[in-house]
Amino acid sequence: MINLFKIKDKRLQDAGSANGRPPVKKQSAGELRLHKDISELNLPKSTVISFPNGKDDLMNFEISIRPDEGYYLGGAFLFTFLVSSAYPHEPPKVKCKTKVYHPNIDLEGNVCLNILREDWKPVLNINTIIYGLNHLFTQPNHEDPLNHDAAAVLRDNPRLFETNVRRAMAGGYVGQVHFPRCI
Amino acid sequence: MENSFAEQGRWRDIDNLLSRPGNIVGPGFEPSPQLRQEIGEFARVLVVGAGGLGCELLKDLALSGFPNIDVIDMDTIEISNLNRQFLFRLQDVGKSKAEVAAKRVMERVSGVNITPHFCRIEDKEINFYNDFNIIVLGLDSIEARSYINSVACTFLEFDSEDNPIPETIKAMVDGGTEGFKGHARVILPGMTPCFECTIWLFPPQVKYPLCTLAETPRTPAHCIEYAHLIKWSEVHSGKAFDPDDPEHMQWVYTQALKRAELFGIAGVTYSLTQGVVKNIIPAIASTNAIISATCALEALKLVSGCSKTLSNYMTYNGVVGTHIKVADFVRETDCLVCGPGTLIDLDISTTLSQFIEILGQHPKLLVMKSSITHRGTNLYMQSPPILEEMTRPNLHLPLHELMGGVPDDTIHASGMAVRDGKKTSCLRKLRVKFKGLPDGTTEMGTTSVCKELEPDLN
Repeated sequence: MINLFKIKDKRLQDAGSANGRPPVKKQSAGELRLHKDISELNLPKSTVISFPNGKDDLMNFEISIRPDEGYYLGGAFLFTFLVSSAYPHEPPKVKCKTKVYHPNIDLEGNVCLNILREDWKPVLNINTIIYGLNHLFTQPNHEDPLNHDAAAVLRDNPRLFETNVRRAMAGGYVGQVHFPRCI
Repeated sequence: MENSFAEQGRWRDIDNLLSRPGNIVGPGFEPSPQLRQEIGEFARVLVVGAGGLGCELLKDLALSGFPNIDVIDMDTIEISNLNRQFLFRLQDVGKSKAEVAAKRVMERVSGVNITPHFCRIEDKEINFYNDFNIIVLGLDSIEARSYINSVACTFLEFDSEDNPIPETIKAMVDGGTEGFKGHARVILPGMTPCFECTIWLFPPQVKYPLCTLAETPRTPAHCIEYAHLIKWSEVHSGKAFDPDDPEHMQWVYTQALKRAELFGIAGVTYSLTQGVVKNIIPAIASTNAIISATCALEALKLVSGCSKTLSNYMTYNGVVGTHIKVADFVRETDCLVCGPGTLIDLDISTTLSQFIEILGQHPKLLVMKSSITHRGTNLYMQSPPILEEMTRPNLHLPLHELMGGVPDDTIHASGMAVRDGKKTSCLRKLRVKFKGLPDGTTEMGTTSVCKELEPDLN
């Protein structure tokens, strides 16, 4: 039972002593968990992180990946992360901002990485996602295609795929699609 | 109205409940014929949400002897609400749910005063929520529950033995329904598990792999999600999809239908499109009524003590027959939201780097290499290097100053805890209390201002 009289007393006390502090910014459990994730980041050498809104907004950040091996060696690829207050119950929303010729990333920047959607679990963290994204560049995968054409070329003609990737990264056309330079 | 037959009989059963002793009453229950009157004078209840559950809750609470109720909801009435949100009529479509619901209940139950708040829960100052003895939740999202829970827990204070101070406990009763299933739970922050303690109970949302949507759709939902997540951004570059815009929804439906035809999939309808995109599960009026009645009764038990409260989580399943179970969940002792945290006394001159060192030596913590955050401000970050560099100048500043000169507050540290020779990463809640404050001088920020103005004479 809620003690009626104590509550009445407390009300009077509060009114008397002007105990009211200025309204304070609340930090959600999701923000706190993200703070932990970020403070424990152990980035691969290929990856640089930045916080466009400064040190106090960790919910929006960007990473740039410069793959150090594979088809995409020499390119630089920017990803935006949008983390909701429901994190880690919900995964961050990740988009690729660099237009890329890639079987698992479409031309709008949607990324097909299992841990970003169907296989996300709250025990995973930002570091896992960053390693997963790096993996996409070293091991592009024709079995989970988001860019159908690129996936078919990778499966049937890896040589041509390599040429196409080079051409796209240097700033040029693959078929009808133009890719801005990202080297 | 006051003398009508209905009015005379209305409170008989409630008064019987409140004026007779019993074997299963709560601790400190003092039955009395005046108890309903007394409760009416002091008890203020906030109902969060005026939808399917909210309508039931307002009616049930008003008829359970709560004459002072507030209700908050940001939504307006839609035509599809009318089958179960029984306080609304066709002519109310487009109006505020909170305002119409309040008006309708007041028309029917005399002596009840319901104050509506037509706004988002985040729009209210935190202190708004402190005015209520009980917060009853009739919500449909994890985010909103999590927000109210964290607000209710900010009022919670602990004594030096880490016991919750009873007057600061903001009781919550949470209801929820999903089709034929529902739950009701009683949350007494500091005593029973808070919403965050048991957040792991929620199953993950169903999310289809993007490549399945793009390449090998097999179900109507795959076609709808393709149109919603992939096709929309392809066609409307830069324009965000708005699930509340009927034109947007119609576009997604049309596209999904085309895709379903292409792959020979049957079953894409407009209402399924809405359901998949907005994650809607059909609501059942009777489930709402059962869950709401449970919640209202728990609220009455909480204020009167006329019976022991639910302890602490009831689930209802009406899919096949009726199955009801109550589980007694336990608190997460290290819960970041309702846990006491570790009390640390500090001198006002303690610098941030000294504080980080103290956390490494504190016997209850032993947390090394801490990163510190205070109410959304990152005071020091060990990593990544870019944030370490930005926060490094704070290390030699007094923590008291960095925390805005408050005498005590909650602060969080992430770091490496050493337990039995093993290192594990952890996130800890700390209650920092400063000693050596000059009497009566709690003006905020004065120290830092003086420091900046003083020329460095050394």
